[in-house]
Amino acid sequence: MTSPSPRAAPAIAVTGLRKSYAEHLVLGGIDLTVHHGTVFALLGPNGAGKTTTVQILSTLIHADGGEATLAGYDLNREPARVREVIGVTGQYSAADKLLTGWENLMLMADLYHLRRARAKERTAELLEQFGLAEAAGKLAATYSGGMQRKLDLAMTLVSEPQIIFLDEPTTGLDPRSRRTVWQIVKDLASSGVTIFLTTQYLEEADQLAGQIALLDHGTLIAQGTPDELKRMIPGGHIRLRFTDASTLSKARAVLGWGGGVGASRGWGGGVGASRGWGGGVGASRARPGKADEQALTLEVPTSGSVPELRGILTRLDDHGIDAAELTVHTPDLDDVFLTLTGN
Amino acid sequence: MLTSALADSVTMLRRNLKHMLRYPSMTLFMVVMPVLFLLLFVYILGGAIGPAGHTGRAAYATFITPGILALTAVAATTATAVSVASDMAGGIIARFRTMPIARVSMLAGHVGGAVIQTVLGMAAVTAIALLTGFRATTSATNWLAAAGILILFAFALTWLSVALGLAAKTVEAASNAPTPLIILPFLGSGFVLTHSMPTAIRWFAEYQPFTPVINTVRGLLTGGPIGRNAVIAIAWSLAITLGSYLWARKLFGRDPART
Repeated sequence: MTSPSPRAAPAIAVTGLRKSYAEHLVLGGIDLTVHHGTVFALLGPNGAGKTTTVQILSTLIHADGGEATLAGYDLNREPARVREVIGVTGQYSAADKLLTGWENLMLMADLYHLRRARAKERTAELLEQFGLAEAAGKLAATYSGGMQRKLDLAMTLVSEPQIIFLDEPTTGLDPRSRRTVWQIVKDLASSGVTIFLTTQYLEEADQLAGQIALLDHGTLIAQGTPDELKRMIPGGHIRLRFTDASTLSKARAVLGWGGGVGASRGWGGGVGASRGWGGGVGASRARPGKADEQALTLEVPTSGSVPELRGILTRLDDHGIDAAELTVHTPDLDDVFLTLTGN
Repeated sequence: MLTSALADSVTMLRRNLKHMLRYPSMTLFMVVMPVLFLLLFVYILGGAIGPAGHTGRAAYATFITPGILALTAVAATTATAVSVASDMAGGIIARFRTMPIARVSMLAGHVGGAVIQTVLGMAAVTAIALLTGFRATTSATNWLAAAGILILFAFALTWLSVALGLAAKTVEAASNAPTPLIILPFLGSGFVLTHSMPTAIRWFAEYQPFTPVINTVRGLLTGGPIGRNAVIAIAWSLAITLGSYLWARKLFGRDPART
């Protein structure tokens, strides 16, 4: 586990963080809390302010306003203390390309004032752990993108930081390297390190993080566990495809379905509960219940539960209506994100 | 705190020396450029333009070697500015900034590396100058004093080039920024005596920093008059160092530019 902070504070506590570049507002006052030993994902599209947030919290740039503590240390007043407990892997390679992998890690060890023997031991450990032992004697400039990212991560870990910032750790990586980085993050998380990562991939946040905050245009638009966020939008739906238009309209009648939003509420059994989360999410309500005359499909909102599906199919059966195809769509974070950002 | 700043500076210096070994073309340029000027002046122009009392190729080589050595310090500035600017453009400085490292060590590593590089370059240039006929008529003490003046001046130009490298927005801009310095040994006492110049240029030549440095080194190595040149040379070097250091520190202290 991570060593306890001087005050029993959360690993990261941020209030009212603001930053503008000239006229351009990048962060409009964000609040967030990350607890010790958890993985926190800041999720958002390009330009949302993710990198700026990491740069401020890792002491690289100054905020215009707001407070933050890391492991109990005040970001503005004790940046040197903060630097002792954090490790940062930025979006772009921060290895020295003219040094070998081994030399890069030893450079870090020297700068953290590790004793020579310990430095060599730690370097060997990390090269082994990240599968870089073979390439250790080669210049970092010759490394592939995936290897450079691994070297970057290894360099961040030399000092065994309590809090690790990963700014888009898998952007630009091929799928296999992405899996490797995910595994590294999971291993780190299970060792008790606190991880703050940014990503534009919903799948990544879902895979790795216990807590997710959605950032859009410098504002946090939602925060919660992946499940809580998924509950913020109406439930999933099934899509039924029919062979012809008359069957489609029959089905629509049978399912008590006018095609309008009002009718869809009737089906909201399992969905209604979750709608409490989606209070402000008007746009999403129009989505269920679409009948597409061209594609001959009917979308029926459901929670996706088996009894509910069976109910729908039984009613179609009772009226002798055959559906040509049925697909079940459960909500994922993409839906949450697209819904909340209104895109 | 001070010992860790020193330890960090040594670590950074080691890093920069490794860079020089891995990427020797900049170091090579630093020797080749002044040597080309040396050969050009001694063998092409030397027979015709030797200043009074320095006729003959060997005599002219002796006259211009102090200027060629000052030019070596200038040639090193490009390498330094480029290496600082490319460091800043890469991610590693951002990494260093988020680590508990004495900030001055990041610049000190560059300065230390560049000064060592310049001294080695000057030694190589001196060796080649000896082959072209340069002869010092002086004691070991004066050699050391001349070396001291040149190193102090190289130190000043290095801090200046670190600041220029930090101020440059791109690596290309950094490589051009110190270029105007190349003209200064020529607009001074490096290759001809200043009193042969037109009044306005002569006035500039006599007051710019390269002239007292070159005159002092020339006096120490070949036994000519030094006068107040040594004091002025040292004063210039210290002033350039201090001004450039403060400028560099201010530039480095800023939040890094948005990427």
